[in-house]
Amino acid sequence: MIQVNQLSKEYKGTTVLNIENLEIPKGQSLGLVGNNGAGKTTFFSLLLDLIQPSTGNISNNGILVNASEDWKSFTGSFIDESFLIGYLTPEEYFYFIGDLRGQNKADIDALLEKYEEFFNGEILKNKKYLRDLSKGNQKKVGIIATLIGNPEVVILDEPFANLDPTTVNRLKKVIKELAENPEITILVSSHDLQHTVEVCDRIVALNKGVIVKDIQTSTETLQELEMFFAV
Amino acid sequence: MFKHFINLELKAFFRSASVGKSIGLKILMGFLVVYFLLVFLVLGIALYPLLEKNFPDQSPLEIVNSFVIFWLAIELVFRFFMQSLPVMNIKPLLVLPIKKESVIHFVLLKSLISIYNIFPLLVVVPFGIFNIVKGNYGTLNMIGWMFAMYVLALIVNYANFLIKKKFAENIKAFLPFVVLGMVFFGLDYYGVFKITTLSGLVLDTLVLQPVLILAPIIILVGFYLLNFKYLKSNFYLDSSLQSKVEEAKTTDLSWTKRFGEIAPFLQLDLKMIWRNKRPKTTVWISLIFLAYGLIIYPNPAYDGFSPFFVLVGILMTGVFMLNYGQFVPSWDSNYYGMMMSQNIPMKQYLASKAGLMSVSIVILAILSTPYLYFGWKILAINLACALYNLGVNIPILLFAGSYNKKRIDLEKSPFMNYQGTGATQWIVGLPLMLIPTLIFYGFYKLVNAEAAIIAIAIIGIVGLVMRNYLLNKIAAGYTKRKYATLNGFKQQEN
Repeated sequence: MIQVNQLSKEYKGTTVLNIENLEIPKGQSLGLVGNNGAGKTTFFSLLLDLIQPSTGNISNNGILVNASEDWKSFTGSFIDESFLIGYLTPEEYFYFIGDLRGQNKADIDALLEKYEEFFNGEILKNKKYLRDLSKGNQKKVGIIATLIGNPEVVILDEPFANLDPTTVNRLKKVIKELAENPEITILVSSHDLQHTVEVCDRIVALNKGVIVKDIQTSTETLQELEMFFAV
Repeated sequence: MFKHFINLELKAFFRSASVGKSIGLKILMGFLVVYFLLVFLVLGIALYPLLEKNFPDQSPLEIVNSFVIFWLAIELVFRFFMQSLPVMNIKPLLVLPIKKESVIHFVLLKSLISIYNIFPLLVVVPFGIFNIVKGNYGTLNMIGWMFAMYVLALIVNYANFLIKKKFAENIKAFLPFVVLGMVFFGLDYYGVFKITTLSGLVLDTLVLQPVLILAPIIILVGFYLLNFKYLKSNFYLDSSLQSKVEEAKTTDLSWTKRFGEIAPFLQLDLKMIWRNKRPKTTVWISLIFLAYGLIIYPNPAYDGFSPFFVLVGILMTGVFMLNYGQFVPSWDSNYYGMMMSQNIPMKQYLASKAGLMSVSIVILAILSTPYLYFGWKILAINLACALYNLGVNIPILLFAGSYNKKRIDLEKSPFMNYQGTGATQWIVGLPLMLIPTLIFYGFYKLVNAEAAIIAIAIIGIVGLVMRNYLLNKIAAGYTKRKYATLNGFKQQEN
């Protein structure tokens, strides 16, 4: 589904990301782990064509992301709170994204109903603007908004950060459900090795912009990763 | 401590994404400042001889004293629209071991460096020296007077600070001041209560008794302390200390659906304007500017007609367009990354902005029709200007927007959020007003006024016909420069 070729990103002579080759087949759930500055967000930003690669390219379902915009209609993503529109209520935000992705109000309502448990009654019908929600609740809105319009690729940057323990467990359930769908490819980044191993079929570890591990998840994966990141 | 603050400010200026644009504007501002400095200096030097010649039986100082109150009122209005107040990014400083007092003192004292505080000096000092040389008053008395005048200017400086602050929070707070000013003007004009005479008498007494200079100084200190108190009580982040969270009001905007594909963006823009203080203020300013013609048209100097009226027409029908359009797409800077990762056609996004500005122009043009009272030509000019704004100025503003890299923080606390509420925003609009004025002037001189009006209108219509084509071109520019825009919007600025 996603094919990365000779991709690198430099800032004033410093290479922050350098991926020779990475192929993510359709339906896979991939966890991207690494320390701060490993290049996780840079990779996602390149994948979403928010920054330009220094060399190489990424194709999403055969579409070069920096040449055409056609990938946007089947890709849902949430990088950080800057993806939210602060002066809208959560409902208005969902409907707005729905409008952009060709969904009508009923489609959105059906989707929101499905994730009512995940919202824990703190999001909908609260008469609050997004800017007045807590960071964790903002994140819940952002994550569910990526699922609008049945995307085939879902990209979540640090989805577990800032969430309370209950919501983390609910989010894992949500991601696992998505991962079971063979039509959906999921990319999740995290610092938290355990969460990532739990929800992903495959783990890619980045260090200083280079892939240092690429493993299919098994019972030993967590241990292997913890060994690698041990001090 | 102040040394650190100054250092931070310099870095913020030179390291900002829009430093090129800022420096360009500063240079342009520099020229204007030099021009006005000269104008004021000439006024200051010429004032005494002029008054002496025209009113030989009155003391020039007494005449000036009686008009000081008007001068101060005008200065206040002028500063209100033109002077941008000093700002500071307080968030990172809040938790550091820095005394809040010193930050506030810094901000308040920084406002003294403003060029607006120099202008009155240029008039007051030469005029005072004339008075000393001509020997009417004692040297000490005149120095006291000059000092008092300067203190009055500084009082206006801090009064403006307070009013602007209140106004940013609540437009209605500004109304009592306007009403009060108009009442005094009216009473004075009809001779019921001569505030000019009264204020003149007070100042004349001050010249005779220099000790009285303590009074304005005490007022100045009072204003300073009021500001200080105000800033100190607001020296918090909204989110952490907000006592009541604004209740979200959902409005049904489904009527926008009839605009077809641009509907989602139109809804978003309307909500953006209505739910955020900053853009909401631009709406109010637009309505206030409709009164601009009232000041200009009856002025006998123009004799009922002048190419200058084009500038007035462009401004009156396009003031919302100017204030809103020059910050496209910065209004959406907070979530531009999300927009760019969604499947949105750039052209529709721009078409929605263009549509919103067009509607504002049409509404303002309709509201300005009562100016028919001053003659059909004025109405014709205003309508032609509206067409020109629709056809030419909107695409120009949108095109310029593709180079906008400056973030606007809609959600920032109202504490000192004055981005784009100073002289610069009007300077950016100057070419948009001057070009049609020059075109008009050319046709007016070569042919006649009717031809000039028709020419402006036709240029506007041509632009309107080509809008689709232009929007496509402009949209391509936005797409091409999106990486630079995204990078610029990531920078948090004051």
